[in-house]
Amino acid sequence: MGALKHSWIQRLCVVLALIVIGTALSLAMPGFLSWRNLVNIALQISINGILAVGVTFVLLTGGVDLSLGSVVALTGVVAAHFAHPGEYPLVVPIAMGILAGGACGAVNGGVVTCGGVPPFIATLGMMTVARGLALVLSNGRPVSNLSEGMKRIAGDWGLIPIPVLILAAVALTAWWFLRNARLGRHIYAVGGSEKAARAAGINVKGVKLFAYTVCGALAGLAGVVLAARIYTGQPNAGIAYELDAIAAVVIGGTSLSGGIGGVGGSVLGALLMGVIGSGLVQLNVSSYYQQIVKGFIIVGAVWLDRWRRGGE
Amino acid sequence: MNPSIDRVVLSARKVSKAFAGVQALAGVSFDIRAGEVHALMGENGAGKSTLVNIIAGLYRPDAGELRMDGERVVMRSPHEAMRHGIAMIHQELMPVPRMTVAENLLLGREPRGLMPGTIDRGATRAEARRLLAVLAADIPVERRMGELSVAGMQTVEIARALGGDASIVIMDEPTAAISRHETEALFAAIRTLRDRGVAIVFISHKMDEVFRIADRVTVLRDGRHVATSPAAELSEERLIALMVGRELAGMPGRGSVPPGESVLSVAGLTRHGAFRDITFEVRRGEVLGLAGLMGAGRTEVVSAIFGLTPADSGRITVKGRPVRIRKPGDAMRLGVGMVTEDRKGCGIVPEMAVAHNISLGALREFCLGPFIRHEREKAAVDESIATFGIRAAGLRQAVSRLSGGNQQKVVIARTLLCNPEIVILDEPTRGIDVAAKAEVYAVIDELTRRGCAVILVSSELPELLQLADRILVMRQGTLAAEVKAAEATQEEILKHAIPV
Repeated sequence: MGALKHSWIQRLCVVLALIVIGTALSLAMPGFLSWRNLVNIALQISINGILAVGVTFVLLTGGVDLSLGSVVALTGVVAAHFAHPGEYPLVVPIAMGILAGGACGAVNGGVVTCGGVPPFIATLGMMTVARGLALVLSNGRPVSNLSEGMKRIAGDWGLIPIPVLILAAVALTAWWFLRNARLGRHIYAVGGSEKAARAAGINVKGVKLFAYTVCGALAGLAGVVLAARIYTGQPNAGIAYELDAIAAVVIGGTSLSGGIGGVGGSVLGALLMGVIGSGLVQLNVSSYYQQIVKGFIIVGAVWLDRWRRGGE
Repeated sequence: MNPSIDRVVLSARKVSKAFAGVQALAGVSFDIRAGEVHALMGENGAGKSTLVNIIAGLYRPDAGELRMDGERVVMRSPHEAMRHGIAMIHQELMPVPRMTVAENLLLGREPRGLMPGTIDRGATRAEARRLLAVLAADIPVERRMGELSVAGMQTVEIARALGGDASIVIMDEPTAAISRHETEALFAAIRTLRDRGVAIVFISHKMDEVFRIADRVTVLRDGRHVATSPAAELSEERLIALMVGRELAGMPGRGSVPPGESVLSVAGLTRHGAFRDITFEVRRGEVLGLAGLMGAGRTEVVSAIFGLTPADSGRITVKGRPVRIRKPGDAMRLGVGMVTEDRKGCGIVPEMAVAHNISLGALREFCLGPFIRHEREKAAVDESIATFGIRAAGLRQAVSRLSGGNQQKVVIARTLLCNPEIVILDEPTRGIDVAAKAEVYAVIDELTRRGCAVILVSSELPELLQLADRILVMRQGTLAAEVKAAEATQEEILKHAIPV
């Protein structure tokens, strides 16, 4: 069985799990599959989904990004700074948030490629630095008094919440990019075999730098969305978001060693985590137990994958 | 010879195995006898590796069975096969490089020390020395495994098989990556094993070796058993005919093309610890051979020209212009292409699709701006697959699922898709079968006709003598001699190559 076929099977498993769990929850709670509840779940996963799409790029190159949660907080604070009423047009806070995130990602990528620091360590450093910067910029207090425009980012467009539309646009663009852009193909090649990619004339450092920058920029976008949703720039927000994002990607069938997978699986993974989380909340399961369940899902998905591949 | 020569130690009965719809083995039966060297021959994809991997417990057959001493056995894992006395020495060796030779040799069955859970280091070393002495191998047991040559590691693996009281030792292309010298030592070790009654299954693509070492030969073709015969009753022509299913003419000569102007020259090229003061040029339509023993610096020189590991000093001139090549991308833009010797490490991207592997280097050609035009890419890939006769279950199959020869063809196809004018081929025929070799030779011929310059690194001297116009002989990092292929002999080249 080829690797490509394999990642499809993994996605199929996630879809099946979604159907089974969705059916079970709707039997337990008649309102579970209502439009309102589904929209609500989509809104709940929008931030994790955007982060998962971004970190898919990094994981595909064989790297990892642990700084996402802190970058979300930092970029939320940055965006909030530029979002006070009557100061700048709405595009400015959005752009600044994304730029700040992209800068964090570029620094991650630079330290990994030029400094030769392992991604785990480089992004662990950024995790602390970005959190510290967020606290410095905000003096440790939430940045409030945001404009109405900022609030509208978290609102609805017709029947659908705008964060859900943003996630859809990001996921579709990323999916199309990885499929059709030369750089997308290069990301898979670098993750599949760095040495072979280099020998095929690919600028390996450039590809990695790009992946980390995209990941950071999308974390910036997620930070903007979060600031809009909670209507403040929160320096203490986003703790452990990177782990949820990486979990979604891994559940979706992207290999942690790189080269296999894609954003479709990551969005499905985020959706599965969202459905289970939301179901547990509505079943009044304590949030303590929810954490335990989440842990089992993450390890179980990867274990299932290994077991199936080992059985060949 | 051993008196128990006719005792069958293992027999495979109608063994079949399919991968992703491709039938790798179809009802193959064959016997292994105690104290024989049994060569397994066949083209790439004939099923040799699949068969030995089944015997060694790596794969389980879809149908058929294995019998040892008349009893049916089921091997679920390599570990279980080892318990049955079957040891496999892999194409890609898997020792623990940071541990010493002695520790590697006794890995998993270390002599116990006085305290529970401890290892008796003295006994470990003594036992390691004893095992290596059986093979008359001069390897210090305190050396780290990673410091040994490939041949050294193989010897240790064989010694390990000896120590594990193996009754069957399987070697998948043991001589593919070692020099002629080292082959002699390996063969001596094989003979020692054989004389102790151990059965040896030996896969090789080198005819002369098979005739020198093998007692019996089994030929597979397209996953089927074709023939088993004592080696003494076979001729080389007959064996090739059995392997390919038709009589092949001898090794095709190369049509001579009058060489044109110089397209690549290097002067005073030096990389510390690898090679020094290398100066030569190649011309259009010419095949320049690079000969030498393992470790003479041939791969290092061509890797420097291609930018994989740049040189420390010296000049490279391409088409009359002095150039700086710091990475392969630089070399490719200048029209230099290379098929590296390390197919698994820096050739294929294992989990990537066949089609994407082929187009990887030349992807820019099929793009509109930064985006791939899939129909143009597919057309080029289809053409490559037809040209090189790459056998795959489909364009989307992962390359790691292809046989070694087909993987090699994928790498060659990728390199040539970039239309290079200077083509470096580093051991392009290593570990591939007769028919695939002939195809590689035809490719070289075609390249020179088109006016490309070819630099061919090969450890097989007959191949170099046949294909090259001039041959540079390297010795310990320096150029020792240049000879005209038409006038040179193997002995002459070896004389220059062996350190004085």
